[in-house]
Amino acid sequence: MTAPKTLYDKIWDAHVAHEAEDGTCLLYIDRHLVHEVTSPQAFEGLRMANRPVRAPEKTIAVPDHNVPTTLDRVNGITNEESRIQVDALDKNARDFGINYYPVDDIRQGIVHIVGPEQGWTLPGMTVVCGDSHTATHGAFGALAHGIGTSEVEHVLATQTLIQKKSKNMKVEITGKLRPGVTAKDITLAVIGATGTAGGTGYVIEYCGEAIRDLSMEGRMTVCNMAIEGGARAGLIAPDQTTYDYVMGRPHAPKGAQWEAALTWWKTLFTDEGAHFDKVLTLKGEDIAPVVTWGTSPEDVLPITGTVPAPEDFEGGKVDAARRSLEYMGLTPGTPLSEIPIDAVFIGSCTNGRIEDLRAAAEIVKGKKIAEGVRGMVVPGSGLVRAQAEEEGLSEIFEAAGFEWRLAGCSMCLAMNPDQLAPGERCASTSNRNFEGRQGFKGRTHLMSPGMAAAAAISGKLTDVREVM
Amino acid sequence: MDKFTTLTGIAAPLPLINVDTDMIIPKQFLKTIKRSGLGVNLFDEMRFDSEGNENPDFVLNKPAYRNAEILIGGDNFGCGSSREHAPWAIKDFGISCVIAPSFADIFYNNCFKNGILPIALPQEDVDKLMDDAERGSNAVVTVDLESQTITGPDGGSISFEVDSFKKHCLLNGLDDIGLTMEKVASIDTFEAQAAQSRPWV
Repeated sequence: MTAPKTLYDKIWDAHVAHEAEDGTCLLYIDRHLVHEVTSPQAFEGLRMANRPVRAPEKTIAVPDHNVPTTLDRVNGITNEESRIQVDALDKNARDFGINYYPVDDIRQGIVHIVGPEQGWTLPGMTVVCGDSHTATHGAFGALAHGIGTSEVEHVLATQTLIQKKSKNMKVEITGKLRPGVTAKDITLAVIGATGTAGGTGYVIEYCGEAIRDLSMEGRMTVCNMAIEGGARAGLIAPDQTTYDYVMGRPHAPKGAQWEAALTWWKTLFTDEGAHFDKVLTLKGEDIAPVVTWGTSPEDVLPITGTVPAPEDFEGGKVDAARRSLEYMGLTPGTPLSEIPIDAVFIGSCTNGRIEDLRAAAEIVKGKKIAEGVRGMVVPGSGLVRAQAEEEGLSEIFEAAGFEWRLAGCSMCLAMNPDQLAPGERCASTSNRNFEGRQGFKGRTHLMSPGMAAAAAISGKLTDVREVM
Repeated sequence: MDKFTTLTGIAAPLPLINVDTDMIIPKQFLKTIKRSGLGVNLFDEMRFDSEGNENPDFVLNKPAYRNAEILIGGDNFGCGSSREHAPWAIKDFGISCVIAPSFADIFYNNCFKNGILPIALPQEDVDKLMDDAERGSNAVVTVDLESQTITGPDGGSISFEVDSFKKHCLLNGLDDIGLTMEKVASIDTFEAQAAQSRPWV
């Protein structure tokens, strides 16, 4: 009998195309997702070496980071540099014959939302993309992680990555979540517990009842931020929830192939007794709606808390916290729920799916955004946008005073015109609160869609449970 | 790719934890379709004010460190985005070695693809080098990849670990794709077998 394996071990073993004596492997890549920002130099490299894309049928491109999200984008992109990048992707996709969703296709959207939506992402696959939030696809039990541009070129040319195996880490969330607590709170609470380097060198498998109870949308939110905990990838074993989501998607297997796939997918779980190098267990009932107060995703506190002081920390974190508080313009001891905001951003690969928009709309319904606050809802894909319009969510947002945008990464990283002004404070459903992330000197508080919606209505950080 | 064998140069201290890739190269500079020319924007929002004037307090603006070739940082250096523009900017500025207690995974890998040696050392060794670096232009440090040693300005020596394959590539300036192409038969075989066992992929 073979030794018990983790889910990560199983997927890894199924994809090793070559192993050198020192353990360096060539890992075969099943799906390669490509966007306009981290790929032009890789395609240029292929051209210079006269190399083709080895598996164009396994390569999927979509512009997302740079695209404007205003309705006038049909007239073209005004910013010249952004336009050149999007045009380059367009040309590269066509020249190399890879799957492509151009900016005017209703299926266009954030690459990590489009992949699952179109059935490109399937359990047991290896998925890479020149973007750290590729971890999102781990929600399907796919080994998925971000890579740099040199590795993008390597995958385009060889359909493999040079890799050494990571260690196994288990994050278990036991029991049930309390009302008002979401997948976003789980993933932020985990980062709060491990720190942003706690997962470095590991692949995390999320498990436990609270994870099992999540929809695929929620699972994607959890895995999306594995990278914010430092982990190369996050994984959740596939189950009926996964199969139900995948079935019938345009690129999901059909007929006899579906049955064959399902048979294999059902073997994708961690065996009893398999070894984990690190384990974290949190009780679902102990997790509260959380927000970040600082400039690192590990700066997480329950909304009922107060702004900490630098002296509350140890080591290098003392200076880091001092710097964060100064940047964020916050005074220690201030209740988090008394912090006024200027802007609200609902969207991103973390929280730009239909379930996220539903959760926000439920809080917003029949209410108005607080005076002086600007709110923006940016669906993760054209199809999410269409579905939200069909369900009447867009009307709810617009009636409340939110701008209802076209799909893209938008103010999550503010490469396009959607940015904070210096000093502006934003309640955001995105994934990073780094200095300058949402605009030069902009201030970001990360939270769930419901919490962001509640903040929009009250004009300050707000406990969503008080308005549910 | 540039080789990395030995490097003797000025070390600049950046005693911050969680230096993220948004700090190293903010997103407005990711719109390029080239790899070169990003050095002038390295640490842009820390180096310059909104009018583009230099912030005199930032380490790389101080006369002693303007020609630094080694950077000493804090824990979890290079966290965040996978943007390879971060190592491109570091290299283009003239820095070929980053020393810190720990690195984020993707950044660490990206360095090796660009002729930069990232070195993870125990905190006390980094603290010592940080003190050395604070001495300004006297802080000349030598990094020898072959022998895996760092020699500080006072002659003290620190050894470091590096993956043997990555070391080999860096010492010889090898192109990963070229190396992998030598194993194309293994990839062909794997692909053919996978097409049988997982035809839906």
